[in-house]
Amino acid sequence: MKLLTHNMLTSHVQGVIKGYPLIIKATEVKVNELEFSAPFVSRMIPKLEWSALIQAAEWLGQSQDLPSTLIPDYEKDEEFLRKVHRILLEVEVVEGCLQCPESGREFPISKGVPNMLLIEDE
Amino acid sequence: MALHCGRACRQYLLHLAHDNVDFRLPEIKALLSLRNRPFDTSETFNEKSPFWQLNGLSEDDIRSVMSRTVCGKSAFELWGHGTTTDELRMSLLEYPAENMAPYLQQNSTYKINVYTFNKTLVFKDSIEKIDALDFLPFKGTVNLKAPEHIFCLLEDYGSDPYEIPEEPFHMYFGRWIADGQRELIRSYSVKKRHFIGNTSMDAGLSFIMANHAKVKADDLVYDPFVGTGSLLVACSRFGAYVCGTDIDYNTIHGVGKASRKNQKWRGPDENIRANLRQYGTESLYVDVMVSDASKTVWRKTAQFDAIVTDPPYGIRESTRRTGSHKDIIKPPEDFSGESHIPVSMAYHLSDIFADLLNFAAHHLVLGGRLIYWLPIYRPEYCEEMVPLHPCLTLISNCEQTLSSHTSRRLITMEKTKEPEESDGLAHLADPRFTPYHGHNSFREKYFFFVFKCNYYFWFFCFFSHSGKV
Repeated sequence: MKLLTHNMLTSHVQGVIKGYPLIIKATEVKVNELEFSAPFVSRMIPKLEWSALIQAAEWLGQSQDLPSTLIPDYEKDEEFLRKVHRILLEVEVVEGCLQCPESGREFPISKGVPNMLLIEDE
Repeated sequence: MALHCGRACRQYLLHLAHDNVDFRLPEIKALLSLRNRPFDTSETFNEKSPFWQLNGLSEDDIRSVMSRTVCGKSAFELWGHGTTTDELRMSLLEYPAENMAPYLQQNSTYKINVYTFNKTLVFKDSIEKIDALDFLPFKGTVNLKAPEHIFCLLEDYGSDPYEIPEEPFHMYFGRWIADGQRELIRSYSVKKRHFIGNTSMDAGLSFIMANHAKVKADDLVYDPFVGTGSLLVACSRFGAYVCGTDIDYNTIHGVGKASRKNQKWRGPDENIRANLRQYGTESLYVDVMVSDASKTVWRKTAQFDAIVTDPPYGIRESTRRTGSHKDIIKPPEDFSGESHIPVSMAYHLSDIFADLLNFAAHHLVLGGRLIYWLPIYRPEYCEEMVPLHPCLTLISNCEQTLSSHTSRRLITMEKTKEPEESDGLAHLADPRFTPYHGHNSFREKYFFFVFKCNYYFWFFCFFSHSGKV
């Protein structure tokens, strides 16, 4: 699971109000090298919950001097965009789980794939 | 039939392949729309014809369309056309010499092709037709192997293979500009793909879907019924980042029984990510997840540029969702021995589409498109059955016949309005928004029809056999 996805996921356990962001408990993390696209990163940044991204990076020990608030004019800062690219797409949780911050329900991540299925009446 | 004026209003001729005929116009319109160009053609435009004239475009527009289209075979700069050889000649003589000159230079090489639709010409006749064009000021030398410029005489002999006329209905002459992407149909064929399933979309249609969806580089595309990821493969080919979800754990993880004839179990390299790796687009792979499309996992403000999907019809794959149900349906065959689908219940087809449209209304960017297949029981189909939503505008509806009584329709919708609180419940208030309701029994109707056919077949056999005795 990549942090771009994590940033958009929320807990859908019935009755939960504050289900975002899901807590990441990773037992295996991988960092891949992927082709960088400045336009894609620039487009994604406004759609992100920045604080949730920083929080997720911290959970994985991958904060690497990312600023805690978004810098202005980031479109032109290639170094910054590359850092965001790395944290959004290159860092991957291979094994672990996502935990609902309110109910404590855990969603397993196996081979990089989160399983978000709930059982009946959850 | 005069073609006049400068570079800006040249005419172009599109030569289209003769399959997926209903899907061609929406595809070309979508690709022109990516360039902010309207579809502008002649008054005699016939959608069924393989030759389309396009006006008001630049050569760059044409090249851009051809770099994406799988319906278009080739594009030409149109120099002349007519319904008789004389008309064609007059038309060509009227075409400005200064527009022709750059391609007819003395030190250049060229060749002329003849293409006839719905007729086969003997070699001698092709040569005669080329010779008949020698009133054109060709100054260069002919080179059949690697010419700098290619010209084409295209003749339309109509669409009836049993009534082929002596003379063509229409003739066109132009300079070849570019070919379309039909080669992708072969190179992306599912036959060669690492990971396939019963419902993998064939390559041609998946590219058509990506084009209808106006997918472009650096988009983020989502498929909520991703299966084996064939739609994501096509979207990634056009540069989009892709993600998907599916309720089926085994398909997402690439485990369980294989779909190929001589193969029992899936190999280790069979999953969606491996498919993207096969085509060199692994860096565009975002994620896939096991998830129930009826219980969205995305936060309210999560948005995608396009949603491209093929929801289950309930025939080869069952329609399922999680939830409590009195009659527990046995979970599907499970490779690793655990139960991954906690109690499946029937996900009624009408609910699938109501949920899908509602999801799209909330999670598409404004101007983003939803593309999906709608299974249809033909004897009962009417246009009003296509689901609607106040925030989405219907762009196109193209039928692909599956059998005499069933078809599926590729529906394209564009988000034109942000949802308000009331819109989410619109389908409850207005019957117009769930006209598909009767189609819950699509599966029943499909199987009942098959049963009826079998019944009559055996009935007939029995009586004809008895008759012989």
